[in-house]
Amino acid sequence: MIKVENLYKQFGDNEVLKGISTNINSGEVVSIIGPSGSGKSTFLRCINLLEVPTKGTISIDGQSITDKNTNILKVRQQIGMVFQHFNLFPHLNVLDNLTYAPIKVKGESRQVAEDKARKLLAKVGLTEKEKAFPSNLSGGQKQRVAIARALAMEPNLMLFDEPTSALDPEMVKEVLNVMKDLAKSGMTMAIVTHEMGFAREVADRVLFLDGGVLLEDASPAEFFSNPKTARAKDFLEKVL
Amino acid sequence: MNLDFNQIVPYIPFILEGIWVTLQFVIISIIFGFILGTLLALCKISKIKALNWFGDAYTSIFRGTPLILQLMIIYFAIPQLTGYDISPFLSAILAFGLNSSAYVSEIIRAGIQAVDKGQTEAAQALGVPYRLMMKDIILPQALKNILPALMNEFITLTKESAIVSTIGYLDLMRRAQVVGADIYRNFEPLIFVGVIYWLLVMVLTIIGKVVERRLKYSD
Repeated sequence: MIKVENLYKQFGDNEVLKGISTNINSGEVVSIIGPSGSGKSTFLRCINLLEVPTKGTISIDGQSITDKNTNILKVRQQIGMVFQHFNLFPHLNVLDNLTYAPIKVKGESRQVAEDKARKLLAKVGLTEKEKAFPSNLSGGQKQRVAIARALAMEPNLMLFDEPTSALDPEMVKEVLNVMKDLAKSGMTMAIVTHEMGFAREVADRVLFLDGGVLLEDASPAEFFSNPKTARAKDFLEKVL
Repeated sequence: MNLDFNQIVPYIPFILEGIWVTLQFVIISIIFGFILGTLLALCKISKIKALNWFGDAYTSIFRGTPLILQLMIIYFAIPQLTGYDISPFLSAILAFGLNSSAYVSEIIRAGIQAVDKGQTEAAQALGVPYRLMMKDIILPQALKNILPALMNEFITLTKESAIVSTIGYLDLMRRAQVVGADIYRNFEPLIFVGVIYWLLVMVLTIIGKVVERRLKYSD
């Protein structure tokens, strides 16, 4: 589904990604792990062009999105993204957070969008919060709303950028559970995470990045029990 | 002490009419300045260099020269240049609107830049086009933060509006001068319009507080 070829990204003199090539297949859940500064978030953000790659190509379903003529807005509508700091719209209530883009961007009627939003809120267990404003929600609730907001656009692919890193420990689970359900439903997911347990349990594949290079691409069982590179061994010893 | 407020009583209706005359062009100037200021702010944060330059140059000129000079140029110099006999009313709106937009644009630019970058990213990730993102996501949040600064600008404009008396526009200030000349007493009419200006500013202040409280409710 997604084909990344020889991806480079440079910020000024700082080369963050140094030639990454990989595929993500439809329905696959891929965890991207690595030490901080390894370029994993940048890699994720390149997939929906929040960062424009310096070099290399990314194509989705055979269509290049790194091409100059691509309609970036159309590409992004098919890719949901969940951020570390939620980034809910603080001046809109929960329901409006979910319906804003479907109504304004996709042109859905308010009725249709709200019905869908309520179903999604039920799915993430926040039905009673539809009139609440983000500032009145806990971190875990905010992140669940953020997931529902991304799903409201009916994306083919979901990107998660350290979705639990800003949460209090007791709220991590409620968010991971929502993500597990999503994975079971067959959604294609790319997840930058420090939750090794989650990666091991839910992911189909683990990508290990260090210094902007993709060092390992393996099944979780293989990666966690028998990492090939010394760097990955070292990393796992520190975090497990 | 030689004070006699009774003397201005016959002139009170004449002075009070000035409230509407003043308000008329102040309100239009505020709206004009706000819209133009928003557009200028968007120029300043644009990725297009020419627009940045235009926004900065505009602000530099209108903030860097006296308002009364701008007013005089518009009222006295434009007719000389174009032959178009511009009315005091139109001159006043142009001078105050153009001048205010320079200040408003700086306030709004700062407000936009203070909105968390994650908001832009979230909107982009949802495929929201730039114009909608600004209108529905970024500007509403920016406005909330800059409301006190904006109210300050509107209050300044209301008070500075007295400058239009210099081009013969019959606003509150000019009326006080006319009455003063008529009865050979200046203290009473000046104090009288002074109180009216103060009341106008109080009303603006209260409106600002109410709006601020309303916006606060939503978070």
